[in-house]
Amino acid sequence: MYNFDYSRPKSVADAVKAIAGDGDAKLVAGGMTLIPTLKQRLAKPSVLIDLGGIAELKGVKRDGNAVVIGAMTKHIDVANSSEVKSAIPALADLASHIGDPAVRNRGTIGGSISNNDPAADYPSAVVALNATITTTKRKIAADDFFKSLFETALGADEIVTSVSFPIPEKAAYMKFPNPASRYAIVGVFVAKTGGNVRVAVTGAGPGAFRWKEAEAALAKSWNPDALKALAVKPDGLNSDIHASSEYRAHLIGVMARRAVAKAG
Amino acid sequence: MPSVTLTVNGKKATAEVENRTLLVQLLREQLGLTGTHVGCDTSQCGACVVHVDGNSVKSCTLLAVQAEGANVLTIEGLANGSELHPMQAAFREHHGLQCGFCTPGMVMSAVDLAHKNKNPTEHDIREWLEGNICRCTGYHNIVKAIKAGAEAMAGAR
Repeated sequence: MYNFDYSRPKSVADAVKAIAGDGDAKLVAGGMTLIPTLKQRLAKPSVLIDLGGIAELKGVKRDGNAVVIGAMTKHIDVANSSEVKSAIPALADLASHIGDPAVRNRGTIGGSISNNDPAADYPSAVVALNATITTTKRKIAADDFFKSLFETALGADEIVTSVSFPIPEKAAYMKFPNPASRYAIVGVFVAKTGGNVRVAVTGAGPGAFRWKEAEAALAKSWNPDALKALAVKPDGLNSDIHASSEYRAHLIGVMARRAVAKAG
Repeated sequence: MPSVTLTVNGKKATAEVENRTLLVQLLREQLGLTGTHVGCDTSQCGACVVHVDGNSVKSCTLLAVQAEGANVLTIEGLANGSELHPMQAAFREHHGLQCGFCTPGMVMSAVDLAHKNKNPTEHDIREWLEGNICRCTGYHNIVKAIKAGAEAMAGAR
């Protein structure tokens, strides 16, 4: 690991000050991706700005018809939150299957979505539930947030502060995990919110994406069988040692049907 | 050089570290607590699991400076003098190890599980261990040991 300066601001305002004007500064949330990246010398930040000491970024609250999760809320705290479990059990379920217990004790929602790993779990929930991401500068709709592989709409000195999830009528997440890392080889989040159906797929492409044919079919009939006739084309899907693009295309259909069945 | 002060196994410790020093390096190389192992060094195998403020974390994926002020518990801090912690005793009783390399991490993970789930089922234990890899593949006895250790911990309360 290359060495770096380290700062641990106590407020969001101080974190913004610390990162402004330094293009080589990096924010660290839980560090579950960044620290391994540093160890491989794939990044050489001038300064690491640790958001771990900022209390205002942590916690879950109900806000009308939405659940708002602070960016530095750990996966374990989302998984165990009585607020999340009662309002959006599918989201608590997703958080309870990220990585492993030691990873869930450090990893955060803000870190996960800002990193936008193509196989991360959270982006599928953010897209399927049509969440709104609040940053230090603006509010960003889920469909505009995730750009491509490890790329988001965030500016260099913009920090995610919270994610607001509208409460769905029905939702569920199913993933086919990599047996070692527990990253999604394919994960599908289905949600029905205010009569609107959204289906988001992670792990299969360069980032989470919506499967619009499935959304249309489920809007007509919320039933796993409504997806039986649909086939996903493997063109452009990820292909690696874990799974070919054809296999991932097949898994999208299987996971989507299982998710609808699980949502009930 | 930055200095970090933390509590390790109930004792205050202060050390000079680099910002890039990992918690596991501080524990092993500066504090001499070599019971915490480095296996994969890529956050997957769990040999380096310690407790930070009561929760299991991978000490190879945490900077020492991030543990400033934290309460750290390592495998060396579990036993009460010469009396093994109930989870350690259960690993011995049920032969929950082969080569022993993964054992410190397994035991620390297991103690965290038993704190959070007083009566874990075999399924709970196997799911919990997804972040702890035993390359000897001795999982059956590890699971048995954790079940017995959790029961002993619940009984001791």
